[in-house]
Amino acid sequence: MSRIAVLKGGRSLERQVSVRSGGRVEDALERLGHEAIGIDVDADVIGRLRAASPDAAFVALHGEDGEDGTIQELLDVLGIPFTGSGVLACLRSWDKVLTKHLLVESGLPTPEFVAFSETAFEQLGAGEALPAIEERLSFPIVVKPATGGSALGIKFARAAADVPAALVAAFSYADRVLFERHVRGRDLAVSILDGPDGPVALPIVEAVPRDEDFYDFEARYEIGRTSFVCPAELAPAVTARAHEVALRTYHLLGLAGFARVDLMLEEGSEELFVLEANAIPGLTETSLVPQAAEAAGIGLDELIGRIVELALALGAVGAAG
Amino acid sequence: MTVDDAQGGGTGRGAGDGRSGRACGELPTRSTSRDLERYAGLFASRTRVMRSSAMRDLMAVTARPEVISLAGGLPDTSTFPPATFAAVAARIAAESCARALQYGPTEGLADTKACIAEVMAAEDMAVDGDDLLVTTGGQQVLDLVTKTLIDPGDVVVAEAPTYPGAVPVFSSYEADVVQIDVDEHGMRVDLLEETLDRLEREGRRPKFVYTIPSFQNPAGVTMSLERRRTLVEIARRRELLVLEDNPYGLLRYEGSREPTLRSLDGGIYVMYLGTFSKILSPGIRLGWVAAPAPVLEKLNLGKQAADLCTSTLSQLMVQAYFEESPWRAYVDSLTEIYRARRDTMLDALAEFFPAEAQWTRPAGGLFIWVTLPDFIDTTDLLARALRDNVAFVPGEAAYLDGRGRSSMRLNFSGSGEDAVREGVRRIGKVVSEQVALYGTLTGRRAAPGRPAERARGAPTASHPSPDLAADPPTEELAARVVPMRRRSGRA
Repeated sequence: MSRIAVLKGGRSLERQVSVRSGGRVEDALERLGHEAIGIDVDADVIGRLRAASPDAAFVALHGEDGEDGTIQELLDVLGIPFTGSGVLACLRSWDKVLTKHLLVESGLPTPEFVAFSETAFEQLGAGEALPAIEERLSFPIVVKPATGGSALGIKFARAAADVPAALVAAFSYADRVLFERHVRGRDLAVSILDGPDGPVALPIVEAVPRDEDFYDFEARYEIGRTSFVCPAELAPAVTARAHEVALRTYHLLGLAGFARVDLMLEEGSEELFVLEANAIPGLTETSLVPQAAEAAGIGLDELIGRIVELALALGAVGAAG
Repeated sequence: MTVDDAQGGGTGRGAGDGRSGRACGELPTRSTSRDLERYAGLFASRTRVMRSSAMRDLMAVTARPEVISLAGGLPDTSTFPPATFAAVAARIAAESCARALQYGPTEGLADTKACIAEVMAAEDMAVDGDDLLVTTGGQQVLDLVTKTLIDPGDVVVAEAPTYPGAVPVFSSYEADVVQIDVDEHGMRVDLLEETLDRLEREGRRPKFVYTIPSFQNPAGVTMSLERRRTLVEIARRRELLVLEDNPYGLLRYEGSREPTLRSLDGGIYVMYLGTFSKILSPGIRLGWVAAPAPVLEKLNLGKQAADLCTSTLSQLMVQAYFEESPWRAYVDSLTEIYRARRDTMLDALAEFFPAEAQWTRPAGGLFIWVTLPDFIDTTDLLARALRDNVAFVPGEAAYLDGRGRSSMRLNFSGSGEDAVREGVRRIGKVVSEQVALYGTLTGRRAAPGRPAERARGAPTASHPSPDLAADPPTEELAARVVPMRRRSGRA
């Protein structure tokens, strides 16, 4: 039995989901015989972590602070082993622009894109380049904040007239915005779980919009308007390819413990594209990683147990060293 | 990440071959999302419309202590004298301890009804105790009325925008909500008449019209006397019930009182909802409805099923409070406080919001409704504002049809004057930045017709200031409904 601090909540926009993920994790840890100490992250997190002096921390924080490497940096300083990815992998996956550049550099497929900061528009006149961007990517174009785990601020520009408002919205969430070619096709999420034999890809979850209108981009991300199918009904060769692309992305970004890689399977070309990687995917009862794990015969308790054992093992190595 | 938070959306189709394979590509061992399905399969179909939203997740962050929240609808309870509270509690303990701890009649205690009659008399309404049902807050009235009148698919006519707290009530009974635009004189009764005609042609008969005629939540507007008369006349002619929600009627900061719909109609087609929440305390959860006898009887049965009776303790508190202390004086003191806060907010809006913004100038109540250019989505804006530790309610919360995305509701009653001013300053700064950014982005593409758009002039009652959205007008602009007085200046 170990003493595990579960870090959750915080000040990010994804606080709500994080609180639920954290609650699930705490319950699972207790069923596994661990002592779970829930910590809603605020300005006093260091003091509370010191007081708790846990054997490891379970990072169930989504969004800012949790997925951008901030809390991991703090835990490193405090010498507390933690679940999931380290600082560098968090930085690489939190920033979608960086992720995509890394993917391109290593020959992994990702939709064509352009990224600009708010400053570029305000001070460098990047607005002048919009027509060129639009021509290159061709409409519809997906406009999204460079950082942020949730679908908040993601807009679908169907024509040039939609672009400015989409940019204003996206800049509400981040200082940098990504224009991405819209890949029409199927939404696939590949969960990856580390284990004794190295990371393995779990059965693929497909997000299927419930509404008829396939082009209603926002609806695909609106809670309750999407169904999830696991395992996704794909040809074995496509599944194998998706697993391979996801695992390569996982390794490329240096992710650890567990993660989720979101892909698009393009209609017609049947090409796969990596949209993004999530260092701390949701762990609520309805989240994709638990669904995928269950499809692989790994219940939530076992999933949480395995993730936490990896962190404890790191701690043991650290102590031995 | 919230995208993957399926909220009851699992549709597992596992193969279930009994193997426990985990490796990449192996078949799953059993149907997925078993835990989820176990419960989801039991949910009533009406829960499907009771769903979470990105906006609600954002609202969860507004509760952080460092956030100046102009989002709530909170009255200020900090000036209620603790000595009065103590005296009220002591009186109950000495005089009616056993009774306070006991169940009460479903319709409410007679003495509490006498207090209610006194409150209604303050707005020139005479009411008989038999016509009253004491409820657990005004919110319960919304629930009971909807439960009593609405079968799935039945039409409720509401205002556009409407009270955000009514939306989940109507949704949970699967009402088909038709929203009627509001302007500075309240609900557009001309549009109401048109809509009722259209519904009739379509063979759909609305069951009731839901309105907040005075200091409307969220728009802050007040229905004119002429429209009140028309509405009551429409109800009578069409034999249609009206639910008049009047939580703020006594919180008037200027001007003279308009008669309530109930006093105009005599309580024949008007169901009247009142509450102690804004004149005493929302924490005691005490409201009421005055309705025609046959309706009241059904509401009573509904209430029996819901909670048997309203808290006896709360009812006795009101009764003891009315005996202990001059309740009107407390309402007057609140009125003074809120008037100053409203003025502070109006001044701050004029000082800190860009010329492209419009807002209402409420003569009472708790809210100001601000409408921004249509290229600003206020749900996204809230995310940005939260980074500066300030919150408001995005306009989409007040609509069931996706409108209101460029509007926001600001509350001035729940924060002190300094916080109100600072909160408005922070929001104004972000809005100004976004307006400037949009200008930068669109400067290069001065679409033909843009100057003409500009020249179209000042907003009218029927159309929201087209000059404010200088860029390609969208359906969003046409859909905007609450035309607001433009920068009305200092109060």
